[in-house]
Amino acid sequence: MSLLKQVQSLVAKDLALEWRSKNAINSIVLYLVSTVFVCYQAFESVDTLVWNALFWIILLFASINAISRSFVQESQYRQLYYYSIASPKAIILSKIIYNIILMVFLSIVAYVIYSIIFKNPVGDPLLYFFAVLLGSISFATVFTMVSGISSKTGNNSTIMAILAFPVIIPLLILLLKLSSNALKGLDRASSEREIITLLAINVITVTISLLLFPYLWRD
Amino acid sequence: MRKNWWKILAAVFVSASVIGGFMGPVPVLPILNETIRNVYFHVPMWFTMITLYLISVIYSIKYLSSGKPEHDLIAVESVNTGIIFCFLGLLTGMQWANITWGAPWPNDPKLNGSAIATLMYLAYLVLRNALDEEQKRARISAVYNIFAFPILVVLIYILPKMTDSLHPGSGGNSNFSEIDMDNYMRPVFYTAVVGWILTGVWISTLRYRIRLLENKANKID
Repeated sequence: MSLLKQVQSLVAKDLALEWRSKNAINSIVLYLVSTVFVCYQAFESVDTLVWNALFWIILLFASINAISRSFVQESQYRQLYYYSIASPKAIILSKIIYNIILMVFLSIVAYVIYSIIFKNPVGDPLLYFFAVLLGSISFATVFTMVSGISSKTGNNSTIMAILAFPVIIPLLILLLKLSSNALKGLDRASSEREIITLLAINVITVTISLLLFPYLWRD
Repeated sequence: MRKNWWKILAAVFVSASVIGGFMGPVPVLPILNETIRNVYFHVPMWFTMITLYLISVIYSIKYLSSGKPEHDLIAVESVNTGIIFCFLGLLTGMQWANITWGAPWPNDPKLNGSAIATLMYLAYLVLRNALDEEQKRARISAVYNIFAFPILVVLIYILPKMTDSLHPGSGGNSNFSEIDMDNYMRPVFYTAVVGWILTGVWISTLRYRIRLLENKANKID
C-alpha cells in the first residue's frame, strides 16, 4: 500500500472509532462548555483584550486535553499491530490529520459557544475565524508529536503539559497578535507576516515530526 | 599540549576581555553611561548558550543515527552547561535592565523568549528524569531536543524582530554596532565572545568526561 492509501485508511479508522464511541468529542465539548461557563461566572463582562486572551487559554487547555490521548487511547498490542502493517510516517501523518479534523471541529464549537455566552466584539470576523482555524491546526501539529513523546513516559498528563507549553508559546504569541489584529478590525495586510510565519512553523513542525517519528515509535 | 591550546586561549581571552572591559575607554552615552561595559559580559552569555544548545542538537541528531551513548552524554551535558549560561545571561541582563530601563523584568520579547527557552530545556531535563531505561531515555529525549530546536530559533531570532523590543537590533531599534560600538569596543567584545564560548565548551567537555568516568566506575561494580 502506498503512503497516501495507508494514511487514508488510518484516518478513516480513527474517525470511525471516534464516531462509534463519541467519547472524546463529547467529553471535550462538555469540558469546553463548562470552562466557558465557569469563566463567565468569574468575569461576567470582559474588555476586548481579556476576551481574546481568555478564548485562547480555554482553547489551549481544551486542545491539550483532547490531543494528549491520541497515542494512549488504544492498547499497546493494537499499536504494535499498526506498526507492523503501516509505515511510521503514515501513522504520524494520519494522527496529525485526525487531530487537525478534531481540533477544527472543537475550535469552531468553542468559538460559537464563547461568542454566544460572552458578547462577540470582533471587528473582522472572517480574519478572526481564519486565526481560529490556523490556531487549531497549529495546536494539532505541535501537540501530536509532543503527545507521542509523552506517551512513552508513564505519568502522561503532567509530562504532556510540561513538554507542550514551552513549544506552543511562540505560536501562541503569534496567534494572539493575529487575532487581536482581527479583533481591532485592522487592515488585513498588516497581519500578513504573522500568517506566513505561522504557516512556515506548521510546515517545519510536520516535516520534523515525519523525520523523527520513526525513531520514536520503535521500542 | 597540542590538544589544550584552545583552553589556554579561552582563559587568555576571558581575562583579556575582563581587563580590557573594565580598564578600557568607552563612549559616553546618555542613560547607558558606564553600564555599557556590561555588553562584554551579558551578550557573550547568550552566544555561549546558543552555541551549547546547537552542539546539543547536533549530538542528538548524531545519537539518533549512531546510537552511541557517548553522543547522548555530550548532548545532555551541553544542555546542562547551557542552562547555567542562560541563568548568568538573565542575571546580568536583569541588573542592566534595572539600571537602564528602570525594571529588572520589562515586558520585552527577548526576555520572555529566553525565559521560555529555559523552560524548554528544563522540560527536556524533566523528560529525561521521567524515563528510567537508559536507551529509551536517550532516544526519546533526543527526539524532543530536535523537535524543540526550530521553535527555539523562531522564539529567539524571528519573534523579537517582528515585535517592538527594547533591545538593540530589533523592532526598528538600530543595531549596537552601528551607533554605540566604537573601534575600541569591538575587538574587546569579540574577544569576550570567543573566550566565553570556548569556556562554555570546556566546562561541558569536563562534565562529559566526569560522566564517562562515573559510567566506567559503575560498570566495574
